[in-house]
Amino acid sequence: MDAKQIYQTLSEKFTGRIKQFQENTHPASVVVESDAIVDICSFLKRETELEFTSMISLSGVDLKDQGKMLVIYHLGSIRHKHKIALKVELDRNNPHVPTVEKVWPGANWYEREAYDLYGIVFDNHSDLRRILLPDDWEGWPMRKDYVYPKRYHTWDV
Amino acid sequence: MGVLEDRLPENILFTTVDKFLNWSKKSSLWYMLFATACCGIELMQTGASRYDLDRFGAVFRATPRQSDLMIVAGTITHKMADRVKKLYAQMPSPKYVIAMGSCANTGGPFYKDSYAVLKGVDRIIPVDVYVPGCPPKPEALIEGIMKLQERIMEKKTLVKK
Amino acid sequence: MAVVDERFMDLNMGPQHPSTHGVLRLLIKTDGEVVSRVTPYIGYLHRALEKIAERLTYPQFTPFTDRLDYLASMNCNLAYALTVEKLLNIEIPRRAQILRVIMAELNRISSHLIAFGSLSSDMGAFTPFLFGIREREFINDLFEMVCGARLTYNYIRIGGVAQDIPDGFIDKTKEFLDYFPPKIKEYNDLLSYNAIFIKRLANIAVISPEDALDYGVTGPNLRASGIKWDLRREEPYLMYNELDFDIPVGRGEMGRVGDAWDRYMMRIYEMEQSAKIVRQCIDMFQQGDHIAKVPKVLKVPAGEVYVRAENPRGELGFYLISDGSTKPYRLKIRAPSFANLSIVPKLSGGVMIADLVAIIGSLDIILPEIDR
Ligand code: SF4
Repeated sequence: MDAKQIYQTLSEKFTGRIKQFQENTHPASVVVESDAIVDICSFLKRETELEFTSMISLSGVDLKDQGKMLVIYHLGSIRHKHKIALKVELDRNNPHVPTVEKVWPGANWYEREAYDLYGIVFDNHSDLRRILLPDDWEGWPMRKDYVYPKRYHTWDV
Repeated sequence: MGVLEDRLPENILFTTVDKFLNWSKKSSLWYMLFATACCGIELMQTGASRYDLDRFGAVFRATPRQSDLMIVAGTITHKMADRVKKLYAQMPSPKYVIAMGSCANTGGPFYKDSYAVLKGVDRIIPVDVYVPGCPPKPEALIEGIMKLQERIMEKKTLVKK
Repeated sequence: MAVVDERFMDLNMGPQHPSTHGVLRLLIKTDGEVVSRVTPYIGYLHRALEKIAERLTYPQFTPFTDRLDYLASMNCNLAYALTVEKLLNIEIPRRAQILRVIMAELNRISSHLIAFGSLSSDMGAFTPFLFGIREREFINDLFEMVCGARLTYNYIRIGGVAQDIPDGFIDKTKEFLDYFPPKIKEYNDLLSYNAIFIKRLANIAVISPEDALDYGVTGPNLRASGIKWDLRREEPYLMYNELDFDIPVGRGEMGRVGDAWDRYMMRIYEMEQSAKIVRQCIDMFQQGDHIAKVPKVLKVPAGEVYVRAENPRGELGFYLISDGSTKPYRLKIRAPSFANLSIVPKLSGGVMIADLVAIIGSLDIILPEIDR
């Protein structure tokens, strides 16, 4: 299926919860409501014509000027060889979105990473801790307004 | 073989205690297998087939307890730094440190733009020899080890008070 | 107060441990020699590459991709260049494409040699490691000829390659191609079909195809589980669609499909194939430019792309958001080892501690790209 058809299938199934279709990105992306993400993902994985076997990647993005955060799910199917990106838009002051680790267990670490670097909270995540930075690190370094620390433990940064 | 045997039939040698001590220290620099990043691969290759670091009496040990020399090969991040301090503390004296590569010297390519990298391992442990390069070639590392050996030979252990 | 579980012992492996392939820390809950749960702790080599990317211009970031997976710097350079070129929409000269494929495949061989060597030394056999390094030095010499560096090449640039190859490179490469394939037989005689080695790896840590996909495992580890998926074939980039090569998949020769031995053997087979590809490329050589015309100050048109390429360890992807300026707005690096390592807790319930080393070794992870 090409991205357009995937979008149409989704918008028929989830009327009102699919916000937008962006064709000029590569792969094409579908913007969805954040609280529908788990349903949409499990549908995408289960449905035989879609069968998104794996989550390729998950990235956070900080859109500071618009007061938003994005989470982008890149999904791919090995059987049908198609790809798509799902996007959810979050409030920058309180970014949170349900976890999809029940759908693809591999999402666990990606979500922890987005939490670690952006402070995006994944609701119902089984183990939401910092993953790359030490536990006592302060701040969310990948945010655009992050200020580098001066000192860490007993030495200058 | 046979270089010493034929020449020294009586088995008597004259030297100073310092020289003898230093000579034995420098000839068995066991280094700890401690590679964090890219420089670690060059360290591995220095120890392996072509460059054969064993020639200098330097063989790797997997534990700090058996090591005389710590070659800090690679980037040290803030998360890792406390562990490096601990590893250094675990080594028995006399102990030496070679900072291999720009990262261990100063933070290297990550100096300016990274929030997570320690800007030089000498901020947390004393360093004897700095080997520049990103990564240093094995020849450079070997030179660093020879420099360290020279420094060891200069050491005075028994001095009159 | 925390409840102490008296049945298990907590054991730390790493971050300084010879068999964790870098600064990985595994917290192991054990009952004697039997592992009940493994929790990997990563991030000891987190160098903030993604943040650095946002603060540097596009060409300035290329050297950092060298340090992303330093055993396969050429492949990382390549994937990054492909990503930026996708937004720039430029045509790469034919000669540059051929050079890129040659470098990528040579680097694949040298990376797999380390995988081969370090797995064998993890299993207690040190000689194969020395063999692997011996051949790797040959490739290092070749790379040193073209770009002057032994490890961090920075050779594949946006638009093509940094400079044309020097005289004598082709002859030296041909010499390597004659020298190398017989060595693979040597490896097989020495290690691959060694009874002890097979005992250590066969039927250990079987990854089923479903699990592999669920966790996003890619590369040789995925193919070992019997799934024929190679981006060089599925989404051909450069001129891979003109080349003739096989994609080995795990067949469970010594045990079950997707066990540690299969994963190990994928690398041996792939080295043969890569040598075959390089040979074909040399025959296809033609004169021409080595780099397309790229402006000195590179402004990349606004847009969003996710581009991926087949690295020795699996799918390396870059997700790039450009706002039309000289610096990326966001560059997310999708590293193969990150996903490959995340399956370890799943694999290691109930194995022996010694097998854990085999699991880590056979997955062939590398820390800098996990931590980035
Ligand atoms: S100095 Fe260069 S090669 Fe060495 S660890 Fe740092 S970045 Fe890697």
